[in-house]
Amino acid sequence: MAKQAEYSLMHAPAGLLDYYRQMVFLRHFEEKSMQAFRTGKAGGYLHLYSGMEALAIGWLGAIRQGYDYVIAAYRDHAYPIILGTDPVEVMGEIMGRAGGLSRGKGGSMHLYDPDRGFFGGWGIVGGHTALGGGLGLACKYRGEDRITLCVLGDGAANAGIFFETLNMAGLWKLPIVFLIENNFYAMGTSLERHAADPALYLRGAPFAMPHERLDSQDLVKVLADARRIVEHVRTVREPYLVEAITYRFAGHGAADHDRQLYRTRKEEEEWEAQNDPIKVLERHIEEQRLASKETLEAIDEEMLKEADRVYAEADAMPHPDPGEVYDHVYTKMKPEAGH
Amino acid sequence: MDRDPDVFCIGEDIGKYKGTFRVTDGLYEKYCVEPGDWLVPPFHKEQADGIGRRIIDTPIVEPGIVGFATGAAMTGLRPVVEMMTMSFSILAMDQIINHAAKIHYMTGGKITVPIVIRGPGGAANQLSAQHSHSMEGWYAHVPGLKVVAPAFPDDAKGMLKAAIRDDDPVIFTENPGLYAVKGEVSDDPEALVPFGQAKVVREGSDLTLVAYSRMVHVCLKAAETLEGDGVSAEVVDVRSLLPLDTETIFASVRKTHRAVVAYEDWRSGGFGAEIAARIGEACFDDLDAPVKRVGGLNVPMPYSRVLELECIPDEDDVLDAIRNLA
Repeated sequence: MAKQAEYSLMHAPAGLLDYYRQMVFLRHFEEKSMQAFRTGKAGGYLHLYSGMEALAIGWLGAIRQGYDYVIAAYRDHAYPIILGTDPVEVMGEIMGRAGGLSRGKGGSMHLYDPDRGFFGGWGIVGGHTALGGGLGLACKYRGEDRITLCVLGDGAANAGIFFETLNMAGLWKLPIVFLIENNFYAMGTSLERHAADPALYLRGAPFAMPHERLDSQDLVKVLADARRIVEHVRTVREPYLVEAITYRFAGHGAADHDRQLYRTRKEEEEWEAQNDPIKVLERHIEEQRLASKETLEAIDEEMLKEADRVYAEADAMPHPDPGEVYDHVYTKMKPEAGH
Repeated sequence: MDRDPDVFCIGEDIGKYKGTFRVTDGLYEKYCVEPGDWLVPPFHKEQADGIGRRIIDTPIVEPGIVGFATGAAMTGLRPVVEMMTMSFSILAMDQIINHAAKIHYMTGGKITVPIVIRGPGGAANQLSAQHSHSMEGWYAHVPGLKVVAPAFPDDAKGMLKAAIRDDDPVIFTENPGLYAVKGEVSDDPEALVPFGQAKVVREGSDLTLVAYSRMVHVCLKAAETLEGDGVSAEVVDVRSLLPLDTETIFASVRKTHRAVVAYEDWRSGGFGAEIAARIGEACFDDLDAPVKRVGGLNVPMPYSRVLELECIPDEDDVLDAIRNLA
């Protein structure tokens, strides 16, 4: 635990409360997403970020938002919201509405906001890491001081394409942070059962890049680590591999009804009690006397109302017109007649 | 590459090695000279052996190559990816089909992928089963991609220019048997050959031969042979598989009333089969005979030259199909 003096150097008190509001909102947003799924307003796949909020908030708090590039996989609701995308458009996309972030063409797994630096939103495990490599290549090609934050899971860290990407990133010295969100489960397969060596951060070693493993449920610590590493990548211009230890409270996806098939309720309860990023942040706030319990409860209620408002506004959006099915297959061309 | 600083080439052995079919010969020497031209500076003082910024020699990793190029294209750069042979693009299928082709649609139009993936595709000389694929049919099946297969030098130049300037992902198939074909090309840097336009390369009245890539030349030879027999064959060079110019093809079939579609790919399910299906749908009343397909034998490509020649469609196969047109 960092000492009092370190806190005041790292953040102004108002900062922690803003992060707290964001974190609580994200937790409620994910719960509303699940409600959308259960009531048939969202279909297909839905992957919730509950329990991992400190990771996204911390790392996106360390980059230059709107300038640096961010790319993630399908557990992606949090990133655009933190970067400033209207959560109504995100929920609208989850519900497949015309006013959704991808015009209803993508869904929960395919959220994009390139103007804010968010490049998705991908459904093929590990596949997007090569795209992240390309984003880093573009920065070096243009001689920019932009960095790329490429987020992936512990499951994706086994994909061949990830190793191809690490090799080229290390070989060409591309300014990319590869952030493995290790929540100990590749879908329903635990880390011990899918990784020959569970020290995933060591995968940076063969590819000429610094690499480390970090605990990630304490936002204050995540912010400090992230700022240090982002600064390194921005100035030294080389890739960095980070294995972030975290835990997802929800199932892999909405169809994951029986988590006890692959993990114990006891393990879940331990993480929820001792390492819920919301509770950890509350402890900081209370220790620094930044706000009272009543204030925090009021924030929770306010964020719940906000999540309800977002849900209602998204649900009021119309569905796409059937005629839109041919839009955006190509930039200017429609698929040809008679095909 | 002179016109647009965002255009760069990326692939295996395209720089220092000059490209296995010499398509990129000379580009490394031209574009990797000044200190700022290097992605990775030269390793040895006396040699130009760095990794160029605009001509990028990669490790042998097709999925990674296409993925990196796609990622760079998402930021507005315009990569021209070489697949050493289009057979190797099979490794990169997920990046081509699940990523590059789908991005503009999945993002609701927010992100574009102005990438060109080019390379030699088709059989050559005893390259065996893993190196002899015709991939254009696989890709012409995928919404979101554009697929072209020029048969003549001027089309190759004009269509490559058009492909590079196109904001959509383009698969540009070359046939190794065509690299030696010589012809007039335009010096005009703005002479583009647009996609979606087939071309009648030989006029005729008794039947229509529809073909693309190397099979256009085979059909032209067959047409000459037929002339000696008093049969007048029209040859349509498809050039652009997706988008496909059905207007030109149908107009020809409506004129001649007989059609043979010829392609090098495996006959069953090759893209020519799609063309044949569409002709049947649209021109049924104008046809005096069923539409015939001439394609490669449905077997993995054997190594033995004797067997290989059995598999690759040639003039005799085209003439056989024509003689069997009722």
